[in-house]
Amino acid sequence: MSVLFPFHGGLKTVRHKIESNQGSILAGPLPRQLTVPLRQHIGAIAKPLVQAGDRVLKGQMIGQADGYISAAVHAPSSGMVTAVESRPVPHPSGLPDACVIIDTDGEERWIERQAVDYRRLHSSEVRGALRNAGVVGLGGAVFPSAVKLNPGGHDKPLDTLILNGAECEPWITCDDRLMRERAAGIVAGLHVMVHLLEPREVLIGIEDDKPDAAAAMTAACAGTGYQVRVVPTRYPSGSVKQLVHLLTGKEIPFDGLPADIGVQCFNVATAHAVHRAIDFGEPVLSRVVTVTGQVAQPGNVEVLLGTPFAALVELCGGYRDGVERLIMGGPMMGFALHDDGVPVTKATNCILAAGAEALPPEQPPMPCIRCGACVEVCPANLLPQQLYWHARAKEFDKAQDYHLFSCIECGCCSTVCPSHIPLVQFYRYAKNEIWAQEKEKQKAELARQRHQARLERLEREQKEREAKLRQKTPPRPVPAAKALEVDQLPIEAAVARARPERGAAPVDEPQPSVAVTADGAERDG
Amino acid sequence: MIAAIVVLSALAGISGLLLGFAAVRFKVEGDPIVDKIDAILPQTQCGQCGYAGCRPYAEAIAAGEADINQCPPGGENGIVALAELLGCDPKPLNPDNGIEKPKMVAVIDEQNCIGCTLCIQACPVDAILGAAKHMHTVIDRECTGCELCLAPCPVDCIDMVPVVQTIANWKWAYPNPTPEIHRPTDRAAA
Repeated sequence: MSVLFPFHGGLKTVRHKIESNQGSILAGPLPRQLTVPLRQHIGAIAKPLVQAGDRVLKGQMIGQADGYISAAVHAPSSGMVTAVESRPVPHPSGLPDACVIIDTDGEERWIERQAVDYRRLHSSEVRGALRNAGVVGLGGAVFPSAVKLNPGGHDKPLDTLILNGAECEPWITCDDRLMRERAAGIVAGLHVMVHLLEPREVLIGIEDDKPDAAAAMTAACAGTGYQVRVVPTRYPSGSVKQLVHLLTGKEIPFDGLPADIGVQCFNVATAHAVHRAIDFGEPVLSRVVTVTGQVAQPGNVEVLLGTPFAALVELCGGYRDGVERLIMGGPMMGFALHDDGVPVTKATNCILAAGAEALPPEQPPMPCIRCGACVEVCPANLLPQQLYWHARAKEFDKAQDYHLFSCIECGCCSTVCPSHIPLVQFYRYAKNEIWAQEKEKQKAELARQRHQARLERLEREQKEREAKLRQKTPPRPVPAAKALEVDQLPIEAAVARARPERGAAPVDEPQPSVAVTADGAERDG
Repeated sequence: MIAAIVVLSALAGISGLLLGFAAVRFKVEGDPIVDKIDAILPQTQCGQCGYAGCRPYAEAIAAGEADINQCPPGGENGIVALAELLGCDPKPLNPDNGIEKPKMVAVIDEQNCIGCTLCIQACPVDAILGAAKHMHTVIDRECTGCELCLAPCPVDCIDMVPVVQTIANWKWAYPNPTPEIHRPTDRAAA
């Protein structure tokens, strides 16, 4: 048995996994209308490639990756594009974002699919194929996978590739079911990742409350050298930094990435998506979503992206009584939705119709008593109460001194706080404010440069105008005429003086030309 | 006696040389405090402070001619940052200079624009695009919301509109603050 390196803090949470992990993954509905957001990943929003009235086939690219950190978006089913417009998307703000609306025709006609022979192609072409297939981290972070699969971006060779099947958050079971039912596909995707990254070892981390999933993965990994590591059930072992520490004992620097210490980490669902994209040429059109909580038949569903949440809840028998909030994600790190008409995206791993069971009873926050319980559970080794003081007082630079940005917003501190202080909300607020201030600063700097450039331009134009005026002002006749008027006497005198000379010497005229020739002769000599 | 004079003169001479060298070697061009103040100012270039732009205002603060509470776009946060930099107490915004408003951008009603270019000449950051007798438009990314284009417009076709909230610029709100700790004195008073 291999050695594990437990991380600091964490919580034993009530699991609530049994509700949804009993049945196999159901096929999702084919809704009449799909609302496909163009921003389903971290990075630049995809550029729409279709417009209202276009017919699209299943798997056809409708949004193109825009820039290096971006991913493509595809039509989840065949049909007609009826609009490209802003619609509400699953986001804590409830604000709308650009979406492609597709009226499905029910025929599910595929675009031509082509498998990618990744062993023959150059790794950059394989990454390009993944980018065009819209493969992003399906654990919830939705970071474009092609970027993480580029070993060239880091100086350090890759020691360890970690596949994350921990699924530590309560209620969620989509990865559990996926590992039980599609272990072979996950391992096939893992082969592609290993081919691209060439790690020294491959570890698969699974929490010990999923023995069936661990058994299925162990069986699928037989003969490959990939090692399944069963880790104790302790929230948040599925968070990247914590899982890396747990499996390798290595600490990711607070301002660094896993790749900086020679580790890369992917979710099991991402590996499965890589397998579908490379071995079948199928882009990411659907994902497994856990529908649980206060619904009649909780379970896991393979859903087309763009399906409204309401259709999923309906498939699972509708809401039961006592739903207080509809949450996307788990009760610890998820966020409440404003309505259930929003579409499933690549980030949707769970829809939790939360009742009293899933939510801690809401109690008014009391003053911090400095008990230090939050420090004991913080898996990121932070000082949550210090962060709280500074975030609350809006002293953002001091909060940053306490490594605010190392906070993974896991919610352990808020859960144990005896004063019920919404700590994570303060950290989110502080992070947002710092980002906004940074953006403001950049904008102010741009305005300063533009103002400076304008002042310089105005000065230059002024000078040019003056120079032009100066050029225009001395035309020859003007001073002569003026001189005649003003100083006629001296000129007349001069003319009078000159007259006798001119009269005396008509040979005067050729004289200059002689001088010139003489000059020229001199120069020649 | 003589030894003391010699030693002290030598010390004075060496110090003088050192100081002279440092004055040449570490000479600072311009006034760094002006740059620091300028970096805090919002660069709106609106002139509400009574100066011709953010940099002149920064120079005036540095020279002690202007107060730190004359910048409405910088608002309370700006005043606090300036107070911290300059080591003085923050004070409320001077109402003579204006009031703190949410961020706005100028929008030209293109139906009514007559193409007079007066707003283009007024814009301090060249954020208005257009030509004589052609329709003008505001490049919203560059607009600082200074409102300087409003007054010159002969047909009143420029409006200030609040910045549209999108997912990209949305922020988590400040959570409900927890109650203050009641001190024994409060209780005694109650």
